[in-house]
Amino acid sequence: MSMKYSKEHEWVLIEGDSATVGITNYAQEQLGDVVFVEVPDAGKAVDKGDEVAVVESVKAASEIYAPISGEVSEGNATLEDAPATINSNAEGDGWIFKMSIGDASELDELMDAAAYADHVAGLE
Amino acid sequence: MNDTLQTTVLHRLHVSLGAKMVPFAGYDMPVQYPAGIMEEHLHTRAQASVFDVSHMGQALLHGDDAAAALETLVPGEIQGLAPGRTRYTIFTNDGGGILDDLMVTNMGDHLFLVVNAACKDADFAHLDARIGGRTKLDILDDRALFALQGPKAADVLSRLNSDAATMPFMSSLEMELDGAPTLVTRSGYTGEDGFEISVRAEQADALVRRVLAEPEAAPAGLGARDTLRLEAGLCLYGSDIDETTTPIEAGLIWTISKRRRAEGGFPGASVIQEQIENGVKRKRVGILPDGKAPARAHTEVADKDGNIIGEVSSGGFGPTVGGPIAIGYVKTEFIKADTPVDLMVRGKPNPGKVVKMPFAEHHYFKG
Repeated sequence: MSMKYSKEHEWVLIEGDSATVGITNYAQEQLGDVVFVEVPDAGKAVDKGDEVAVVESVKAASEIYAPISGEVSEGNATLEDAPATINSNAEGDGWIFKMSIGDASELDELMDAAAYADHVAGLE
Repeated sequence: MNDTLQTTVLHRLHVSLGAKMVPFAGYDMPVQYPAGIMEEHLHTRAQASVFDVSHMGQALLHGDDAAAALETLVPGEIQGLAPGRTRYTIFTNDGGGILDDLMVTNMGDHLFLVVNAACKDADFAHLDARIGGRTKLDILDDRALFALQGPKAADVLSRLNSDAATMPFMSSLEMELDGAPTLVTRSGYTGEDGFEISVRAEQADALVRRVLAEPEAAPAGLGARDTLRLEAGLCLYGSDIDETTTPIEAGLIWTISKRRRAEGGFPGASVIQEQIENGVKRKRVGILPDGKAPARAHTEVADKDGNIIGEVSSGGFGPTVGGPIAIGYVKTEFIKADTPVDLMVRGKPNPGKVVKMPFAEHHYFKG
């Protein structure tokens, strides 16, 4: 089990051949109050970089892109009634979807926690 | 910070309060404070919030016939505006479109104008070019402007000067607040009771801090200002009204008095009079999406057969409503309340319906 991060501020929790994806705490702070989340349906096949979910704050809509290729196994249905979970617990209960890992080599393109912290520091 | 951005005199205060600053109309402005847009919005509806609107343009219009001169540029009733009273009106263009919206106050021997930040240079040039010969424009770029809005606004301001308590909605009064001479107008952009306070720039920081020291008062940013005005059904210039929309299409016919409708004498009068007589093809309406997905500006509006009948001009989430709300223009045959429509959000039809505005009830002080 390991945690990786994308430049687009997603976290990817890797457990065996499946991954759980959400947005980072930094991302939720930037977005502000989340009021709507559109999560993908199970069975949806995605390529890395595809638009797969939408997180909307009071201010704006933000597309969430697939950090790796694979097939969605579950969208977090609890976000429909409680979108603000992304604000309160972005890197836990606020997960957005789970997916299979279609091509393990794509994981190498993601950052570890230290590299992501540097990435965020470079934005401020 | 982008060094081409201007700042208001309250900039240091915003930063010290932890505001997130964003570029807006050429100014570095607070979009929200640490409380966040949702909480700032709800606080305004329950207590009182302070908004810095110093980026807006303030000016005095002098001249013996300043009211008559201004009426050649706006369709509003300015000659009939009593001393100490304030009115909302618009600058029109020759096609009947809207160049800006503004507040006009009769100060007795002159007029006080407040215009939008993004339009102020053009507005002042327009005033100078069109009526500069009959009037003298005094641009008040040495003055700050802040709004105090919410059901507790009158309680808060009355503690600084009891004259504030009894001012009716859309009236103005010069008064001293914490030692500073100010011009206070009972008006706002939130749908709540409240005041807009014009004060000399060098006295603004101390006065705003004094107001914020009251227990009911908290700062609110441009984010909450937008959600509050959206719920109140108030137009945002550049989104809901612009040079391509007429006041009749925008539902602003109430800003044109009977005399002005009959006499005309403002830019685009023939177009606007014809529209009053024969109606318009599209109108501004409120739209309530059924689900939870916001429909934002430029979202297409379709009828139930899939025909595009209009577009959202501004939309988002209404914290007091507790769901998405939108303002948009639709073809006139679809403006009746409860008309079902589809909002084309990310290519999919989201059902919704046309509704009467405001989305959140106005609470203006009528005395």
